[in-house]
Amino acid sequence: MNSLVVAALLLLLLAASYQIGLSRSRAVAGSSTLKMHSRPNYHGMMVALWCLVPALAILLVWFFVGDDVVRTYTLSLLPPEVVNGDATQLRDALRRVEQISTGYGVVGDAQPYENAAGQSLHEFRLLTFWATVAVAAGLGIIGLLVMRARIAPRLRARNEFEAVVKVLLAICSGIAILTTVGIIASLLREALHFFSFISPMDFFFGTVWAPRFSATAGGDYGQYGLLPLLWGTIMVSTIAMLVAIPLGLMSAIYLAEYAPRKVRAFAKPAIEILAGIPSIIYGFFALVTLGPALAALGGMIGVPIRATSALTAGIAMGIMIIPFVSSLSDDIITQVPGAMRDGSLGMGATKSETIRRVVLPAALPGIVGAFLLAVSKAFGETMIVVLAAGNAPILRFNPFEATSTVTVSIVNQLTGDTNFASPQSLVAFALGLTLFAMTLCLNVIALYVVRKYREQYE
Amino acid sequence: MMFNAPETQKMNANVAPVSIPDPASVALPKTFQTVRTPDPEPRQVRVHAKDVSVFYGPKQALFDVSIDIPEKAVTAFIGPSGCGKSTFLRCLNRMNDTIEGARVSGTIQLDGEDLYDPKLDVVELRARIGMVFQKPNPFPKTIFENVAYGPRIHGLATSKTDLEQIVVESLQKASLFNEVKDRLHEVGTGLSGGQQQRLCIARAIAVSPEVILMDEPCSALDPIATAKIEELIDELRANYTIVIVTHSMQQAARVSQRTAFFHLGILVEEGPTEMMFTSPAEKRTQDYITGRFG
Repeated sequence: MNSLVVAALLLLLLAASYQIGLSRSRAVAGSSTLKMHSRPNYHGMMVALWCLVPALAILLVWFFVGDDVVRTYTLSLLPPEVVNGDATQLRDALRRVEQISTGYGVVGDAQPYENAAGQSLHEFRLLTFWATVAVAAGLGIIGLLVMRARIAPRLRARNEFEAVVKVLLAICSGIAILTTVGIIASLLREALHFFSFISPMDFFFGTVWAPRFSATAGGDYGQYGLLPLLWGTIMVSTIAMLVAIPLGLMSAIYLAEYAPRKVRAFAKPAIEILAGIPSIIYGFFALVTLGPALAALGGMIGVPIRATSALTAGIAMGIMIIPFVSSLSDDIITQVPGAMRDGSLGMGATKSETIRRVVLPAALPGIVGAFLLAVSKAFGETMIVVLAAGNAPILRFNPFEATSTVTVSIVNQLTGDTNFASPQSLVAFALGLTLFAMTLCLNVIALYVVRKYREQYE
Repeated sequence: MMFNAPETQKMNANVAPVSIPDPASVALPKTFQTVRTPDPEPRQVRVHAKDVSVFYGPKQALFDVSIDIPEKAVTAFIGPSGCGKSTFLRCLNRMNDTIEGARVSGTIQLDGEDLYDPKLDVVELRARIGMVFQKPNPFPKTIFENVAYGPRIHGLATSKTDLEQIVVESLQKASLFNEVKDRLHEVGTGLSGGQQQRLCIARAIAVSPEVILMDEPCSALDPIATAKIEELIDELRANYTIVIVTHSMQQAARVSQRTAFFHLGILVEEGPTEMMFTSPAEKRTQDYITGRFG
């Protein structure tokens, strides 16, 4: 209700201030002999900005400090013995007052002081809300009037608006960057918290992954060796890349160099559909079809292959990544200038010689970049391995056996009862940080390689 | 310049075109007669084309072109943009095959052998008829590897020293060796535009072609680099049959012995360069070389 009122008010201010600026601008233009520097809509937009920015600023300030103000006020309503008493009791008391003030009521009998406090809080809330709205609207209207008064033929509203646009865009990209920084910071904080329980040496170089459930309290937290998980991730990703790179690259070469236009128009989107299938469906496919088929195949040739194994998960993941590799490689191959091909064909080279000796070497850095991006995708993939890798975090080198990965362990540690004070859950942050560091490194390398490629033709 | 420019060259290239007829609206005669003037002393014919027409999809780009291209001489194709001269050049080593929807009819023979015979090996043909393109297009490899590319794929060198010899000779023939001898193993794309184009010529020479086709080889170069290439073309004439497409009539006059004028997909006139630029038989040729259109 309250936010609706605010939104309506803001919209009203926006429309009104824009119209006021517009008509003022026209009036000035009509009465002045000078040519207007900016068109009326820029004056309108500047007036709207001058009105909205102060109003929004006030609302934002209230959004951040409002809760603290309310809490301080509530504390002043409570008897001193409650305020200075036990922390849990105080929290309960605050909650009860809060519930009374919003009209939900409380469990059990309300103390008289609670009822009184609830009533006061309710009134205080209403008062502060309307006060904030009034101040915001007031400042907005002041801004509006100031800007309206500034409107003059030589006012460079168009240039001013341009500066505003620049700031606005900078803020947007700032938000994206800050979010990333925030995520890294929280990962780091929780990971450090984890390392206060388990030493980094034991984590990064431990070969046994056996966390105890948090329910079994006691001094022993279990063992948190990263290596089995890291190895599982690397093994599954390697298998995935062994599937995805040849298939993806070959299909990219076919699409870019050989396919007639009609085939390409159909085949390229068809392959890209593979990328649109949710990874959980690849997980099913691996679990229900691919795994048993591989196990049967293993039985036929006398090699024991488990239905849920690194191989199963790797192949399913590889199929998922094919469109990624093929689509990126296709774009890069098509970017190689046609003059290169002509030069080679004109020398009497065949098409495949041209591709092998001229087109691919020219496109290689870009293709490597595509591969690295695909690998980082494989590292982060979760659903397929959860379903198809068998969840056996044991350090062993046989791809036909079940394995587990970093991502699977994060899922396991955060499923069910979680208490973020114990290493059992906190380890997820350390794992997440490891994964993040790995993909970040790959992405940085990939970006570097791709940029180097660009320089060649520009 | 090393050639005496004929009198008619003193035209102003900036004269606005009088009117360029739209190809579709021009009523074309049933047969496309070409005015031919033979050389005073006949040369041996290497490439013989008869009634060559080219279609890009439903659009006809070239109409019944017939021409004989003489050995050890430079033949220039001139004409306004879109007149079909490059299209015809690309027919001579079947580079049009690489364009989707292109179709060629008529016959083209190299030493009496039909180039469009289905049994003919295109790959082998292109080794015999080399090509230099409008924009220098060295491969993103080293200078050495650029020149060694052709000999390698055709297995022309039996040993490493053999290959080195071919590379050095080709670079020498392309008058590039002295400029690059200290940096053979640096990338070819780092050379200047003119050097890149000479590298491309060296690359074409390295497979010992019999005919070299050049598609506006100087259009992306400055006058100094252009002069060097023209000088080179004149030297190469002693050993190769050269066909050059050019937009610059001065260039055609300077480097070629025979000139063919194309207009709207028709070969209008062909004859000795000297005569073409001084007393062309056709009015259209006269109009073009004096800058009245195109």
